[in-house]
Amino acid sequence: MDINPKNQPVDRVDGRQKVTGSAKYFAEFALPRTAYCVIVGSTIARGTLDQLDTKRAAAAPGVLGVFTHLNMPAIPGWDAPVGGQADGPPPQPTAETYRILRGTKILFDGQPIAMVVADTFERATYAASLVKATYTRQTPKTDLNKHLAAAIAPSIPWMKDYSRGQAEAYKTAPVVLEADYVVPTEVHNPMEMHGILAQWTSPTSLLLYAKTQGVNATQRAMAQAFKLDPRNVKVHTEFMGGGFGMGLRTWPQETAVVAIARQLGRPVKLVMTRSQMFQLVGYRPHTRQTIRMGADATGKLVGLVHEATAETATYEDFTEGTVNMSKFLYACPSMQTRYRLVRLDRGVPIWMRGPGEATGAFALESAMDEMAHKLHLDPLEFRLRNYSETDPEHNRPYSSKNLREAYERGAAAIGWRNRPATPGSQREGEWLVGYGMSTGTFNAMRWQATVRVVLQADGSLLVQSAVTDIGPGTGTALTIIAHNVLGVPLDRIKVQYGDTSLPPAPTQGGSAIVSTVGSAVFDTCSAVKQTLVELATRPGAPLAGHQAEELALADGQLFVEAKLATQVAVAELLRQNQLASIDKTTESKGGPEQQKYSFYSYSVHFVRVRVNPRTGVVRVTKTVSVADSGRIISPKTAASQMIGGVAGGIGMALTEEAVLDHRFGRYVNNNLADYHVAVHADVPEIETITIDKPDYLLNPMGAKGMGEIALIGFAAAVANAVFNATGRRVRELPITLDKLLAVS
Amino acid sequence: MRDESQPLPEPGQPDPSRRAFLKHSSALAALALTPPVALTAIDHSLDERLAAAFEQLPLQVRINGQAQQLSVEPRVTLLDLLREQLGLTGTKKGCDHGQCGACTVHVDGQRVNACLTLALTTEGREVTTIEGLGSEDKLHCMQEAFLRHDGFQCGYCTPGQIMSAVACVREGHADTPEQVREYMSGNICRCGAYANIVAAILDVKASGQKV
Repeated sequence: MDINPKNQPVDRVDGRQKVTGSAKYFAEFALPRTAYCVIVGSTIARGTLDQLDTKRAAAAPGVLGVFTHLNMPAIPGWDAPVGGQADGPPPQPTAETYRILRGTKILFDGQPIAMVVADTFERATYAASLVKATYTRQTPKTDLNKHLAAAIAPSIPWMKDYSRGQAEAYKTAPVVLEADYVVPTEVHNPMEMHGILAQWTSPTSLLLYAKTQGVNATQRAMAQAFKLDPRNVKVHTEFMGGGFGMGLRTWPQETAVVAIARQLGRPVKLVMTRSQMFQLVGYRPHTRQTIRMGADATGKLVGLVHEATAETATYEDFTEGTVNMSKFLYACPSMQTRYRLVRLDRGVPIWMRGPGEATGAFALESAMDEMAHKLHLDPLEFRLRNYSETDPEHNRPYSSKNLREAYERGAAAIGWRNRPATPGSQREGEWLVGYGMSTGTFNAMRWQATVRVVLQADGSLLVQSAVTDIGPGTGTALTIIAHNVLGVPLDRIKVQYGDTSLPPAPTQGGSAIVSTVGSAVFDTCSAVKQTLVELATRPGAPLAGHQAEELALADGQLFVEAKLATQVAVAELLRQNQLASIDKTTESKGGPEQQKYSFYSYSVHFVRVRVNPRTGVVRVTKTVSVADSGRIISPKTAASQMIGGVAGGIGMALTEEAVLDHRFGRYVNNNLADYHVAVHADVPEIETITIDKPDYLLNPMGAKGMGEIALIGFAAAVANAVFNATGRRVRELPITLDKLLAVS
Repeated sequence: MRDESQPLPEPGQPDPSRRAFLKHSSALAALALTPPVALTAIDHSLDERLAAAFEQLPLQVRINGQAQQLSVEPRVTLLDLLREQLGLTGTKKGCDHGQCGACTVHVDGQRVNACLTLALTTEGREVTTIEGLGSEDKLHCMQEAFLRHDGFQCGYCTPGQIMSAVACVREGHADTPEQVREYMSGNICRCGAYANIVAAILDVKASGQKV
């Protein structure tokens, strides 16, 4: 029996809790005597805190404490790792140090200068308004464009300059493109505000309801910060109201709340404000990129240079894979990449969905479109002429790559043949019409995880992992994997997740969770099956004499595949052996084949836009996104991931930009009315296609990740479609109407 | 309304204290209910804490069909009342500024942002939250449709989307995909489940079920 059939769509296993409001997010756990914490942020971006008047705040009704640099309780292990990962190392400390409520130095706008705790939310909020500060203000440096000369090469080996072939070979090509591309600061803005609910359950043990993408990472960070045995730090995040990367690390204000909860001897809850979500929990860094590309008359790439310069904080170097995909996506013999950082008076960035690859793909895939235009080639044809059959970066084969098929199916679905060859030549009424496409790619990874599986005598199955499900449908995918291996009906499987009392799992990020935790579920369920087979086939047992390979499981029955009538109920088998359950826990990770191949997921995005030539308004009217991400485990939630990437991509392409007033180093649109994420009216008909071909080199399910590729490249597809519609090339996101005025 | 005989502080001479507010706001029911001895104490700046004790006001409201007799501060929003005092955490806080729709509930059948609604303004009204719409065992048809169409991912905006969706259908604004998109645009979904949400709403509308 094929244990990895094409899977059927099933409803999300936690769907009933989500549609009825019974799913509990971190701020919704009721602990007796919970106190409320409100952060007072600095109103300057650089300088020194001179005076801090907390007297009125401290005297306000219900106030339990006003914590500042003068009275903040000690945190013994301040240098705790920040934890988590997406596709690279976490932010690295610099010579500058940021310690929340330690000292008077202000390093970024909104830096906490006081944390006010009271017995109700309203009282804490009011008291926080009474805290008054005076500062010595220095002129903040927050404008990447003005400080490019201060760019530094990050010390992390992962980010070192890359070169193959001839240096700057692009210059020798007959057709050359040099262009700069800009992605502005973007903010994750999940719907749930960040924060934490912390309770010391004894002087040496801690209970945390957190908004984290990895309960184990938060557990490690807090154990180290407070010098605790990690086993005494319990972290719970079963439901998380969106992360998109911001929950990939533990933030200083979370640690501060834990310290304050200890001092006050009662649970303390912090729920940040929306404006603080812009200041204190990271963002996608403003990044300038230059692409230099040369191609010959046959449309073959001769040379490529991809350079990126991104903002970071003064106190931590945040890096991401902005230039990575240029190294391997196309078969280009000579190529160089360079990645630089500019340290500014800003809070530190953090990976945001797609992360650096989404930023990089905007540049690379816009440039591919521009070069195709110079070459008078269809941009899809240009990509096919430079298709890489093997990985040119590592000189090794891809584990699997069905990108060609993805191109073909996407082109057919959008009606690519209707794309006007000449930009600005197709109209619908007063609207100009254009088509664009792009490619996305992201590492397909498999890390390490442990899973416990318990098959009960009543035929039900329990699966346990500490992994968090931030929304992609991890719990649903794990349920399907267990069902595929053990044949237990879906409604008899319970997956428990999001708690450190469960077997350890990596942080949810980097599109690696189904591959990693799913494999652990697969392996552990396989061990349970092995035990069942042994029980069923030993002498005197119901299926005695049959070999393991002959047997299969379905609907709670173990049967001989060739003779369906020869079967035994799993429950009966356990009963006969006087077993209450079969209980297995195994650790699982990838093998040596991970070094022999290059593993990537791919996406192709096609979009059709209408541009109003008089107003510059852009409307995305139809999108087709194709995912080549191995076997699709959960088709329904996978499709949702894809449409979510499209919605995020429309925002990235057309509206999202966190605008700073550089005189003050402060955001001017730090709320959801002024920072425009895509809303219902922005999102058109979306078609998603999955290639659904398994890649067994990565893991036994053949599944690759898709959370990142759903977004990566999308913004370039829109920019390319806008060019096709108008002849106007916009190289700086978002593509707002001011950049398109007078296009006809 | 304020008592004209008690002039407010001149501009440039802020007097934003609670004492001043209590003294000057004759329209506030709090004043009428505050014992003179307490007012004297307030006048003598004895203690902010004393003032606080008299700031709770009675509120009678029906929530999910149940009559509630509550005592709340005038500054408490309906959203914080539901979440922090009544344990009805299905209604979500996404921005606290009426910009995201995560806190959408029904007041007398109309969809409102609970974060922009002071709790006391619901006196004598009927409030319906997601908990009052259906239960895990007995889903409302809109909840069923969201589940079937996977109209969510992280689930955080979902109660607000569903409350808004029910109102959208009741209002007669669910006839076409374009109309649904327009009338649901006050409810943001950062996971981007919009296409599925629209499908769910149109499905419910087409089925003719009573919402």
